[in-house]
Amino acid sequence: MRNRSTIWLSIGVLALLHGAVLTAHFVAPYDFAAQDRDLPYAPPTRLHFIDARGRSHLRPFVYRSVEQPEGSGHYVEDSSRAYVVQFLVSSRSGGRRLFGVDEPASIFLLGTDAYGRDQFSRLVYGGRISLMAGLLAAALTLSLGLLAGASAGYCGGWLDGIIMRGAELFLALPWLYLLFAIRAFLPLHISPAQAFFLLISVIGLVGWARPARLVRGLVLSAKERTYVLAARSFGASGFYLLRRHILPQTLGVMLTQAAILVPQFILAEVTLSFLGLGVGEPVPSWGNMLATLQQYSVLASYWWMFLPGLALVPVFWIYHKLADSLHEETL
Amino acid sequence: MRYVVTRLIHSAALLVGVSMLTFIFLRLAPGDFFTDLRLNPQVSAQTVADLRAQAGLDQPLPVTYVRWLKSVARGDLGLSLAYNARVAPLLWDRARNTLLLAGTAMLLAWLIAIVAGLSSAARPHGIADRLIGGGTSLLLGVPELVLALGLLALAARTGRFPTGGMVSLGFAKLNLTGKLKDVVLHAALPVAALVLGALPVLVRHVRASVLEVLQAPFIQAARAHGIPRRRVLFGYALPAAANPLASLFGLSVAALLSGSLLVEVVMGWPGMGPLLLEAILARDLYVVIGAVMFSAAFLVGGNLVADALLYTVDPRIRAR
Repeated sequence: MRNRSTIWLSIGVLALLHGAVLTAHFVAPYDFAAQDRDLPYAPPTRLHFIDARGRSHLRPFVYRSVEQPEGSGHYVEDSSRAYVVQFLVSSRSGGRRLFGVDEPASIFLLGTDAYGRDQFSRLVYGGRISLMAGLLAAALTLSLGLLAGASAGYCGGWLDGIIMRGAELFLALPWLYLLFAIRAFLPLHISPAQAFFLLISVIGLVGWARPARLVRGLVLSAKERTYVLAARSFGASGFYLLRRHILPQTLGVMLTQAAILVPQFILAEVTLSFLGLGVGEPVPSWGNMLATLQQYSVLASYWWMFLPGLALVPVFWIYHKLADSLHEETL
Repeated sequence: MRYVVTRLIHSAALLVGVSMLTFIFLRLAPGDFFTDLRLNPQVSAQTVADLRAQAGLDQPLPVTYVRWLKSVARGDLGLSLAYNARVAPLLWDRARNTLLLAGTAMLLAWLIAIVAGLSSAARPHGIADRLIGGGTSLLLGVPELVLALGLLALAARTGRFPTGGMVSLGFAKLNLTGKLKDVVLHAALPVAALVLGALPVLVRHVRASVLEVLQAPFIQAARAHGIPRRRVLFGYALPAAANPLASLFGLSVAALLSGSLLVEVVMGWPGMGPLLLEAILARDLYVVIGAVMFSAAFLVGGNLVADALLYTVDPRIRAR
């Protein structure tokens, strides 16, 4: 019972997260490419509840940050005027945003990067790439694994031999090396949209071997069950048997595999984009947002540039909890 | 003996298969090392064609593969186009550094995992178990990339540890202990990132398999004989739990190699990771293939070690 509630709770939180990144144009206060050249590497905007005269307010407000002295990279708050955080504001580009403040102040919850772009907005937009890449790649891998495992297990014979030898080859390489090797033969300079689909297919291709093995084992044991033999003796076709009697047995294992693979694939996207082999600027992904940390000066001076990395932690954690609970549930 | 021979033949066949696969993948690639050269107006198309022919890139796939096999037999592993040197010496240096890093991390991670796993399995739901369980489940959510970046930032802030590289500038002038200390200081952070990344999975598996063994009647018998707890745990339970752990050993080699690739790039450790990344960006065909082959060889080697471990630890396997 506790397991069930953990599963549903994790799925609920994940759905919320995915919903947030899919509606990024509403949730994020700014566009992912909107630059504020006056505010490069501005620290996170502080939300205030108590104003300069010591009165407390129910609604949070911000002060405008200004660089002082000019060009020093050092920011102070101009407390002469408070800007109340407003909800459901209409943005310059037309649509509505979840929250925002009046100009000339700006609200950067997670600070800004080298071009003065809002990190929080980029994080939300970047989640679109990273989270979706993980999900789609896992879907691709699982379908490939299901197809290969089911045909190997059900047909047996030479097909089984070929598929399982192939799986061994794929398992004989550390997955990051394999990913790199496959990425190496694909073009390097491509548009972000192309890169996104390329990444999904590459990452999805790499992982098929493990689910295929699992599915094969399950199919092998399921196809000897008496009810399957009975159905076959009534003249059921192979496809019908697979669809109706055998593959439903793999559902639990496939779901657990999905919960294990998705975070792994999110990390794969993050890693490739971090190294410049994935989705490129100006489109944000959680990987290429972290890439600036490869510069020592950024690493040493601007702590808020780390925050996109920390976004990975809760996502991973929830997926692991989900995988654990699913695993126990299917036992 | 027969077991060992079949395992060796199987591993060799696997490596040949991996090499064919990478060759096919890489030769299917659009563009090669000289593609960027073609954009240069000062280089004529003829020169590019000549260079490609010189490197043997105009030949069909089987021919290049056979040529590569011959160079493997000579111990060259082909020619790096970017470095204009044989690949093998380039890789050996880097592979040594990677092995140093991953091997140390492996050893440490397993030592810690066994101690932590045993002590948490010894008293399920005790204080140690809860602390270790909480720690591992927290670490499970932190990917190696974040760990490495975090540690690096810590190093940059505190200034206690060097950030990047394997040795300091004046390394050649140091005496032996100084050299050792220098390398250890440089390796501390990457090793820490790798160990912390590998630990949670290992600890959980050690705990689970020891817990299972502790239920067995022979453990109760040992306890009833008054054998001290520690000896029951290390002398009786651990060897009996070794079977699933030995297969996990092989898997952890793969995980550590992948992790090491990333950590090396982030922390500037001169291992195979940075070399492979550069080679991919420059489309340096044979370096990529060489690095991939090395990683496969390490993994296959790790699996062989795991088998050997299992063979020595588990009498049931020896009997077969």
